[in-house]
Amino acid sequence: MKSLSLTNRILLLLAVLTLIPAYFTPLWQISLWAPQYPEGLNMKIWIDQLSGNVDQINGVNHYIGMKHIGVEMFPEFTYLKYVMGAMIGLGLIFFLVGKRWSIYSFLGLLSAFGIAILVDMYLWGYEYGHELDPKAAIKVDGMSYQPPLIGYKQLLNFLAYSGPDTGSWILMGGMGLLVLAVFLDWKGK
Amino acid sequence: MKTNKWLLAAGLIAAAIAPGCKPKGAQSAITGDAASKVYVAPGQHDEFYNIVSGGFNGQMSVVGLPSGRVLKILPVFSVHPENGWGYSEQSKPMLNTANGFVPWDDLHHIAISTTNAEHDARWAFGNANNTPRIARVDLNSFKTVEIIEIPNSAGNHSSPFITQNTEYVVAGTRFSVPVGDNQDVSIDSYKENFKGYISFIGVNQETGEMNLSFQIEAPPFNFDLARAGKNKSHGWFFFSTYNTEMAHTLLEVNASQKDKDFIMAVNWKKAEEYVKAGKGTKKKARYAHNKWNEETHSATSTIMEEVLTLDPTVLKDIVYFIPCPKSPHGTDTDPTGEYIIGSGKLAAIIPVFSFTKMLAAIEKKDFEGDIQGMPVLKYESVLHGEVQKPGLGPLHTEFDGKGNAYTSMFVSSEIVKWNIETLEVLDRAPTYYSVGHLSIPGGPTGKPHGKYLVAYNKITKDRYLPTGPELAHSAQLYDISGDKMQLLLDFPTIGEPHYAESFPASLIKDRQVKFYPIEKNHSPYALKGINDARVERKGNQVHVYMTSIRSNFRPDNIEGVQVGDEVYFHVTNLEQDWDVPHGFAIKGANTAELLIMPGETSTLKWIPDRVGVFPFYCTDFCSALHQEMQGYLRVSPKGSNVPLKYSTGASE
Repeated sequence: MKSLSLTNRILLLLAVLTLIPAYFTPLWQISLWAPQYPEGLNMKIWIDQLSGNVDQINGVNHYIGMKHIGVEMFPEFTYLKYVMGAMIGLGLIFFLVGKRWSIYSFLGLLSAFGIAILVDMYLWGYEYGHELDPKAAIKVDGMSYQPPLIGYKQLLNFLAYSGPDTGSWILMGGMGLLVLAVFLDWKGK
Repeated sequence: MKTNKWLLAAGLIAAAIAPGCKPKGAQSAITGDAASKVYVAPGQHDEFYNIVSGGFNGQMSVVGLPSGRVLKILPVFSVHPENGWGYSEQSKPMLNTANGFVPWDDLHHIAISTTNAEHDARWAFGNANNTPRIARVDLNSFKTVEIIEIPNSAGNHSSPFITQNTEYVVAGTRFSVPVGDNQDVSIDSYKENFKGYISFIGVNQETGEMNLSFQIEAPPFNFDLARAGKNKSHGWFFFSTYNTEMAHTLLEVNASQKDKDFIMAVNWKKAEEYVKAGKGTKKKARYAHNKWNEETHSATSTIMEEVLTLDPTVLKDIVYFIPCPKSPHGTDTDPTGEYIIGSGKLAAIIPVFSFTKMLAAIEKKDFEGDIQGMPVLKYESVLHGEVQKPGLGPLHTEFDGKGNAYTSMFVSSEIVKWNIETLEVLDRAPTYYSVGHLSIPGGPTGKPHGKYLVAYNKITKDRYLPTGPELAHSAQLYDISGDKMQLLLDFPTIGEPHYAESFPASLIKDRQVKFYPIEKNHSPYALKGINDARVERKGNQVHVYMTSIRSNFRPDNIEGVQVGDEVYFHVTNLEQDWDVPHGFAIKGANTAELLIMPGETSTLKWIPDRVGVFPFYCTDFCSALHQEMQGYLRVSPKGSNVPLKYSTGASE
């Protein structure tokens, strides 16, 4: 198979490097607003930890019997950093190999990772929003509290938002670079 | 024809009555768009914080300007059952004195901390008149964090006034009193045995912690008010005095005899040098020094035994007297520090003294005499000029930073605006009624913000809906941005305000403490989580280590307490969110509730005197399940074999 152009090799390297900030920046965020919380409650999800108003969110959510959010709730925190490391390693190998399939493979790998993360988030959100303590103080018939996967959703008095945070935006930038590389590759052919 | 006759008759009658008509007095007409100038729309914030002394309620009020809305009553020297101040075990030591626990005082004056003669608004200082003390309030938490007692003082009225970098807070005594070992003396021996002490309390520039640095032993006058020099007069302090007649009875008459009393000028930089050179004398004096710790959430009280005194009859160049007409009340220094304004409350003029002239007179030894060896300067040598016909009963002067002074006139019930350089009266505005102190944002500093002036009136009469014999004291807000003062608003106040200071809200509003991080709670009784909740018996003491978090107490069922036990409820509020205090009250307790801020630990002591099951509950509406936040404590007879046990939610 043909080797990559110099431009595409650089784009591939840059795309690999965009995975590194995932270790230092939050990847996802969930925000809640209510009349009593005009300033909003915000939780950030990192590669291996949570930050932000987690305690306040737990304080509010225990009335409706939602589970206590904590690091122990996410087994992902124990292995996600290795998954990310493996992807960086593979990306570097693709870069060193420097064949045309390198960019397609890495784009495929990142896409699969992204989809997996979204599926994982959805499953967690479903469980968090549906598996409620039967002894909860406030029970609203037929109401579940699954947070939105991406975007806004009204849940009782709270407006909830869920969306990517800094690390994910950088990573998506990396995917954009790969799409550009693929486009250049096609054009060059 | 007939009509004309009637008209003529009516005209004659009108003419006859006219001279007997009561002349029109000052009108309270509101002109222009006063309402829109004080309207702070819902959700909007006031532009200025106004920290107002509470007078005989011993507290401070926090008011927003220009709206006049009361934001908080801040307990200082008086117990405050609504938040447990002076009732919780942790706060009781704050009100300790050399005479033991004192639940009340009379707080007259406010001083907001400054750097380079400009407000930095880190701390607010307040004075206690009756049991002489100075308090320091932290303006990040709006909490009284330190109280120091002033020995050898009585009627701590000339206090608290601060130097331009908050190096010192001063406390001049109103009453001169016998001190030391010589206290059982005849009142007739006033002139020989009574002393008027002026205290300089050093303030730590980093922590704000106070320390009684030295006292100056002044003649037995009454010290009324004071102001530090600033900018060019930095290093000096000016104290107004009255009763220089040194009378000890019927002061109303006997202290009003002399044409002139004095403004006492103190060169405190010089006094500091004498202290450093070891010229002070240590004397025995007992006074309490109380400190609040924001990490242990508790106060300590230490009784101090000694004070350093300076004798200005021996140590020259510290004290000079400036003659000032008729019992001066306020003494105020203008923003440049050049002019010192003495408000002789019985005088027909307002004298303005020049700092430059004062230094020159001292240099030339231009003295008219001395008091116990301390020079008395010549009035004319120090005088910049006199404001002629200002009004009756001048009390206090504030400044707008544009070269104007505003003096309150108690007797003629008005505010008079005049030019400091030319001494010309520019405007006068009536007050309702009998104004005492004035406050302009930044008014006593080197950089006044002007814009508004608040008059704190001593008499209210008909200004509000009547409420029986005791009426709310009235404050009035004036717009002073133009040439003429414009009355904008009347608003009632809490207690009896004397002095107040205002500063821009932007100085402190973004640095407010919202809650106390639970990991930094170093109270020995703190609980870091619900799993630590427990009850322990130590002899006849029962310690309940309790948590509160929306919306439960842990433990909430307690048994095994006996009549006569000392029960201590150590309640930790585990919330870590702004504006979620929890309260705690138990039926049968002869004390006030606790109001516990998020992350704080507070203790309520109770000695049950009868058998029963006593309910306790949260007193601050905390959540939708606030009304469920409750529990029971069982008290059994002394010697009962009911075992000590506690639980939360176990039986369900």
